[in-house]
Amino acid sequence: MIRDRISYPGRRLFADRFSRKFLHVFVILSGLILILMLGALYYQSIPVLQSQSLFSLLFSQGWHPSRGQFGFLPFIVGSLWVTCVAMAIAMPVCLLTSIYLVEYSSKTLRDWISPFIDILAGIPSVVYGIWGILIIVPFIKNYLAPLFGVSCSGYSVLAGGMVLAIMIFPVIIHISMEILKTVPNELRDASLALGATKWQTVKNVVMRRAMPGIVAAMVLGLSRAFGESIAVLMVVGNLARIPKSLFDPAYPLPALIANNYGEMFSIPQYDSALLFASLLLLLVVLYFNIVSRMVLSGIKWSNYYYA
Amino acid sequence: MHKHAIEEIVFKILMMVSTLLIISVLFLILGTIVFKGLPYLSWSMVTQAPQSGYYLGKGGGILNSILGSLYLTGGATILALIISLPITLYFNVYAKKGSRLVYLIRFAFDVLWGIPSIVYGAFGFMLMLFFGMKASLLAGIITVAFLILPIMTRSMDEVIRMVPPPLLEASYALGATRLETALKVVIRQALPGISTAVLIAFGRGIGDAASLIFTAGFTDSIPTSLFQPVATLPLTIFFQFSSPLAEVQGRAYAAALILTILILGISIVSRFLTQRFARNIVR
Repeated sequence: MIRDRISYPGRRLFADRFSRKFLHVFVILSGLILILMLGALYYQSIPVLQSQSLFSLLFSQGWHPSRGQFGFLPFIVGSLWVTCVAMAIAMPVCLLTSIYLVEYSSKTLRDWISPFIDILAGIPSVVYGIWGILIIVPFIKNYLAPLFGVSCSGYSVLAGGMVLAIMIFPVIIHISMEILKTVPNELRDASLALGATKWQTVKNVVMRRAMPGIVAAMVLGLSRAFGESIAVLMVVGNLARIPKSLFDPAYPLPALIANNYGEMFSIPQYDSALLFASLLLLLVVLYFNIVSRMVLSGIKWSNYYYA
Repeated sequence: MHKHAIEEIVFKILMMVSTLLIISVLFLILGTIVFKGLPYLSWSMVTQAPQSGYYLGKGGGILNSILGSLYLTGGATILALIISLPITLYFNVYAKKGSRLVYLIRFAFDVLWGIPSIVYGAFGFMLMLFFGMKASLLAGIITVAFLILPIMTRSMDEVIRMVPPPLLEASYALGATRLETALKVVIRQALPGISTAVLIAFGRGIGDAASLIFTAGFTDSIPTSLFQPVATLPLTIFFQFSSPLAEVQGRAYAAALILTILILGISIVSRFLTQRFARNIVR
């Protein structure tokens, strides 16, 4: 631009050029946050990585911090269990709701319901946790477990999964709705004009077109569920054993980190092990996020409030 | 009836059921918190700091954690705003169209958005140790600022992106530099959106507990300096709830009610602000 080439050393131009350089550096620095996080967490996990091989950290079961034994398998499996249960509940419910709101419901109804989904997104995780203990845990203990003929305290994989599912509803629904709205109306019209019913159009045309985005939305929800700590920690029972059924207690990774901040420094290497757990969590979530964001960035949509 | 028609009806019913399910879950949650918390809510709870023996059911309130939460989240929001506003201005005013750097940094913030708050907590904790700080208001502010930075940056970015390009061109045509255009035209135009973004970030920050477990500490008094530990509402709820005493548990419900009201209030105010400020915008 011509303004850049004016060599008159006015204060305004100097300020402009200085701010440009400064902001350039500033923006590059902001991008380093992620790298800084990864580096710092890795640096802190070196002690535990040196004392035990990565394989035995990830795939052994013994969790005896006082003896210097850190086997993360029960926690990893616990995390997988609650996340899978949450996804099994959230996927169909969210998909059906977002299709209903975008394709079937009237605009008035959609405008009425959307703020409620926003509110659900705003509720803090402690409140979800308390609600889980008050409603979900007794429900499982008194109704669901006897139904399957097992006795259960209620604090279980299932409770964790149910609370998590509700927490990720808003994220998945919001993105899925945005994705469904990007499907051009011409496609719907063409399908309807060929004599397809509304449902056939949704199933074979709209869904096919929206599928990558919806899968990405699900993956984002999944990674949210995988990393949630406080609410899960309150309802899941926190027992460092590999759960065998939905009614067993589990101890997911984030809960482990959040629960042991107190005794972290009283046992050698414990802090390093917990930060290794954070690194593990970060890597998994990072992977899911990068993949789904790459899919989503190919689709024009607005992620103004969430995700 | 035709097979297709039956399938459509079945799925339509399923869709309505799942929509209804989500709405009723929301009301069930809000209902439970109001129902459980209201009986324990009292004036002294929001006007007094805990007295000795508060966690054994004696008198006092949770003013320390209400103020603690407001101080901490307020500080973090200001810090995050100071960092994210220049970044978004660079994205939308300074950078060339289709800049690789902008694409990359936007992507990085999208990814940062998805990182769980417990990881931010661990990161803040390491920073705290690195700089030789103790668990304090300042450490909490820095951690929460990191947590809400991506939310604020990306939602602000989305609104500043909406500023019509002719407005910028008009400003350049009058001889204004990019800095002047950014500060005097773009910010003013995007103000309602910026305030909404700030409030969204504030709401997210005030409800978060996991990032503060390591960094903010816990105390019964109201902090008077940045280097003192601070109690926050989510953690107060969490700790009180673990108590076996019914009275103390009841206060956890009441505190949860206060936090929920605070967050709902923020979201209502942000909606109101958006509408109110929107009058001064050039469309």
